[in-house]
Amino acid sequence: MMDLATFPSLMPFLPELTLAVGALVLLMIGAFGGERTTSLVTTLAVLLVLVAGLVLVFKAEDGVTFNGAFVLDPFARFMKLLALAGSGFAIIMSTNYTKREKIARFEYPVLILLATLGMMLMISANDLIALYLGLELQSLALYVVAASNRDSVRSTEAGLKYFVLGALSSGMLLYGISLIYGFTGHTQFQGVATALSAGPVSVGVVFGLVFVIAGLAFKVSAVPFHMWTPDVYEGAPTSVTAFFAAAPKAAAMALFVRVLVGALGPATADWQQVITFIAIASMILGAFAAIGQRNIKRLMAYSSIGHMGFALVGLAAGTEAGVQGVLIYMAIYVAMTLGAFAVILFMRRQGTMVEDTSDLAGLSRTHPVVAFIFAMILFSLAGIPPLAGFFAKFYVFLAAIEANLYVLSVIGVLSSVVGAFYYLRLVKIMYFDEPAGAFEPMSGELRVVLGLSGLFVILFVFIAGPLGTAASVAAKTFF
Amino acid sequence: MILHTIFFYLFSGITIASALMVISSRNPVHSVLFLILAFFNAAGLFVMLGAEFLAMMLVVVYVGAVAVLFLFVVMMLDVDLTELRQGFLQYLPVGGLIGVVLLAELLIVLSGWAFAPDVVGNPVQPIPDMAQISNTEAIGRLLYTHYIFFFQIAGFVLLVAMIGAIVLTLRHKPRVKRQNIADQVARTQKVELHSVEPGKGI
Repeated sequence: MMDLATFPSLMPFLPELTLAVGALVLLMIGAFGGERTTSLVTTLAVLLVLVAGLVLVFKAEDGVTFNGAFVLDPFARFMKLLALAGSGFAIIMSTNYTKREKIARFEYPVLILLATLGMMLMISANDLIALYLGLELQSLALYVVAASNRDSVRSTEAGLKYFVLGALSSGMLLYGISLIYGFTGHTQFQGVATALSAGPVSVGVVFGLVFVIAGLAFKVSAVPFHMWTPDVYEGAPTSVTAFFAAAPKAAAMALFVRVLVGALGPATADWQQVITFIAIASMILGAFAAIGQRNIKRLMAYSSIGHMGFALVGLAAGTEAGVQGVLIYMAIYVAMTLGAFAVILFMRRQGTMVEDTSDLAGLSRTHPVVAFIFAMILFSLAGIPPLAGFFAKFYVFLAAIEANLYVLSVIGVLSSVVGAFYYLRLVKIMYFDEPAGAFEPMSGELRVVLGLSGLFVILFVFIAGPLGTAASVAAKTFF
Repeated sequence: MILHTIFFYLFSGITIASALMVISSRNPVHSVLFLILAFFNAAGLFVMLGAEFLAMMLVVVYVGAVAVLFLFVVMMLDVDLTELRQGFLQYLPVGGLIGVVLLAELLIVLSGWAFAPDVVGNPVQPIPDMAQISNTEAIGRLLYTHYIFFFQIAGFVLLVAMIGAIVLTLRHKPRVKRQNIADQVARTQKVELHSVEPGKGI
């Protein structure tokens, strides 16, 4: 029985509480105020994300609460800040786009807030049930925003496709969870880890582990569970795609790390081979499949598949350095992706969005500053020093080599060379092709996001130290 | 004990048979009816386990609400079955192969089933003595205290589902006349009485 004396401590849960209550208040404002409150709700949503971030940094205390279902530790803090930043910037970038495309609705920022709540719960999940509930909360909101442009067949199709395949992956995840519970008798991560370290890992647990990995690989869109990504990225409204590509990936990767390293740590030898395969397949597919793409959103989809492969290289190492590499990789990935999507959202000519790579032709002459920053972001995505993307790859490959995963590292470096081709092709189109005409002027919020992303990418060498320290503190959580 | 075994095989046999019929019957209405039969038999299995609360929930929620909703949808939508079945034979070999492989893998795992005896003893929340407390009360005590966090998050998931359904389907069409009860009640000046002659309109 629970009385007031055993009421769970809410201090680790404060940021989520802020976000949850705030989202409900915004929903009420929107529901009673009608469509005219859309811009008010959007502004408040950004502020709410900011407040939740401040609460997370200054007010929330580390600890385990709700009978061990929820944990706040340095790892969770790091990834939550990343998820909040990704969501906040995604809402900011959507403001002008949704207005112009006439899909601005007050539910949109509220759903993004609820998805962010789901992500934060995923990152802090310390129990298999909490993991599933957080994941469902996030996914359900994502399915809806993917289909939010109801009058577009492609957006509806994207939402439906994402929903059906997402439901399938949730089914696999649940099946895996039930097997792990059945063979260890625990749902809490510590309990699972203790039960596993007691003796040899049984076949049932390995079976469950494979299903859980399959479910999570779907959420980070790693090969062979990536099929939905290009279609959903292309079909969903661009502002939604920008959101999909950043924050949910970071949250799902955090969940991946916590489940595999935190709960299934004693079975590292069993999951290492699976993750190694997934990482290699993702890197190779991301590198080769993107070459033929002419639609820039599809190209970014394959690029994100490849990047997830690189991040999983760090996880495959299964060491503290590997986890640190994953954290740094995700931070840099989110920053680069937001910048790239600021440019994609800016590609509007004569009142309609254009999405073809050839539409970027001659950007260096029509919009030299945008072209320069975008070129820097593309160089960084390709992993060229001294830009941010180089350090991201450096840390994960270093960890993989230290863990004696030589084949994985060699394949990774080779596929990153292949991948550089299509990023450089975009730079070539921008700088050496005949101009295809100017875009409409860039709106203020996109300038801010692009500028910040550009600064992050170009001046990364100066913040590499503090970021590396933060990531190493976060990675120590598990070791 | 023999009776127990007979009922177990009866319920599980009918559950599996009706589950097969759900996916193989030609008429979707029959599929839904078989689904209801499967739910009833699963509820019977729960009763045999002593979980009467879950059994009743299964009947009330799944049969009472979900299956009836399915039935409505199936009857309202004009599903063209021949079109749905067109690719069936084409995909059958590949799908069947994958199914058989998965089944074989599951059998390998289950035949190698070595339940550590201590695992049964260490669930986080052991079942309390059923002589002392009914299982409805036992679930309630756990759900609203120990698992309050999960309960609340599940509530949020349902809220998102509701918002989603409204966002994706509600349309405010212009030029649609809606009933405004306040306006109707407040109508005073324009209210007129006509004496209508029999057999004629106004």
